[in-house]
Amino acid sequence: MTIKIRIIPTLLFKEMGLVKGIAFDSWRRVGSAMQAIKVYNLREVDELVFLDITATLDGRSPDFETIDELADECFMPLAVGGGIRRVEDVRRLLQVGADKVVINSAAVETPELIQQVAQGFGSQCVVVSIDARRHPNGRYEVFTHSGTQSTGLDPVAVARQSEALGAGEILITSIERDGTMMGYDLALTREVSEAVSIPVIASGGAGNYHHMAQVLRAGTVSAVSAASIFHFTQQTPLEAKHYLKGQGFKVRI
Amino acid sequence: MNIVAIVDYGMCNLDSVARAVEECGGEALVTERARDLETANRIILPGVGAFTEAMRNIRQRALDHILYEQAVEKQIPFLGICLGMQLLATIGFEVEETNGLGFIPGEVRRLNPSGEDTRIPHVGWNEVYPSQDSPLFRGIAPGKDFYFVHSYHLCPRDEFQVLARTPYAGGFVSAVQSGSIWGVQFHPEKSQHTGFQLLKNFLSF
Repeated sequence: MTIKIRIIPTLLFKEMGLVKGIAFDSWRRVGSAMQAIKVYNLREVDELVFLDITATLDGRSPDFETIDELADECFMPLAVGGGIRRVEDVRRLLQVGADKVVINSAAVETPELIQQVAQGFGSQCVVVSIDARRHPNGRYEVFTHSGTQSTGLDPVAVARQSEALGAGEILITSIERDGTMMGYDLALTREVSEAVSIPVIASGGAGNYHHMAQVLRAGTVSAVSAASIFHFTQQTPLEAKHYLKGQGFKVRI
Repeated sequence: MNIVAIVDYGMCNLDSVARAVEECGGEALVTERARDLETANRIILPGVGAFTEAMRNIRQRALDHILYEQAVEKQIPFLGICLGMQLLATIGFEVEETNGLGFIPGEVRRLNPSGEDTRIPHVGWNEVYPSQDSPLFRGIAPGKDFYFVHSYHLCPRDEFQVLARTPYAGGFVSAVQSGSIWGVQFHPEKSQHTGFQLLKNFLSF
C-alpha cells in the first residue's frame, strides 16, 4: 500500500549556472542547468528540485524565462523555488511548466502566502522548504535567505504551521550537513517527519547510498534529495534505487 | 492533422502538457476559444489547482457548455488529467461543495489516510492496475508506475466507468472512462516513457 521512495536530485542555480556549496557556502560551479536536465531526463529520475539560491537575497522575482526554457525539456516532475513572494509568482511558474513551487523565506516572513497558494492552486503544488542549523546545545533553528538570516524559530513549529496553512510537502535541509557528504541529519529529519502528516523530503548530507537508507530507516520520509553525490561522484539515482531495493525499500526502477 | 486542444482556464501547467503532446506526435493548441475547441480533433483538460476555483474559472469563460457539446454530444475524444479528471464528476468537496462538469456521475472526496505510512497529499510514483481492457492502456503492463500529486480523488458512482485503480489510501480510482471521455488521476505528461505511451494511445483513437 505504500508509495515508492523518491530519489530527487537538487539543482542549485546561481547567476546563470548550476552550483554546489558546502554548508551553504564555498559555491562551486557544476555546469549548465540545461545539460543537467537533459541528462536526468534520459535517466528518467523520479523528480527534480530546481532552486535559484540568490533570487531572494538579490530581491529578484523568479527568472521565469529561464525556467520556461528548462521546463520545456523536462519531462519529469519539476519543483521550482527561489524568490517566490507573491501568488502571481506561483501562477507564472506553474504556467511555464513547474509542477510544484518551493517556498522558503516567504514561508517564514509571510506564511499566509502558503494558504493563498494552497487555496488557489491546491496543496499538492506547495512545497515548504525549511533550512535548519543545529546549535551546539542541540537545538535547531530555521534560517532563511539561503541560510543567511536567523529566525529564532524551531523547524518543527514551522513545519506544523506550514502544514496547517496548506503546504503539501516539507523539504527539510540540514545547513551544516549540506554538501559535506557525511550523511543526513537523522534527528532533524525524524523530528520534522514525525511532527507532520504530509510527505517529507530529507535533504543535506547524502554522500552515498547507505546514507539514504539510514535516513529512510530513521524517519518516515517519503523522498531523499541529494546534490553533491550526483555532481561530484560517479554515483547515480538509478544505482541508488537498486541499492535501496536490495535493502527492502520500494522504489521505481 | 491531429489537433489537440488543451483547455486553458487560467490555472495550470499547460506548457508541460503541450510539450508532451508534441513529443508524442500531436499538434498542441493551448486555447480557451470556443472556435478552437469546436475544430480540434481531441481535447485535453489539464489540471493543477483546487476544484472550486477551477470550476469558477471554467464557468466564467463559459467553457462548461462548449466542453459538454464537444465531449458528450459530439463525442470528440476527451482526456481529463489530474484535477481535469476530477472536474468530470458531478460534485466536488475541496474547499467548498461545488458542482463539477457532471460528465461522469460521482463525487470528488479527500483521500483517506489508511495507516501510518499513508501521507496525504499522495505525491510520487505509484502503480496503476487497469480493471478492464482499454485502448488507453495498450502496451502498458498492469502495475506500471505513473506520477501522482493530489489530495482528492474521483469516486465514480458506477463501477463500469472505473478503468484503473491504484493501491494507496485504501485503494482509489486512478482512471475512468465513459464512452470517448477519459480521465486519469496521474500525470501522463510527467510519467516519462509510460506516460508518453498513454498519450500516444489517446492520440491514436
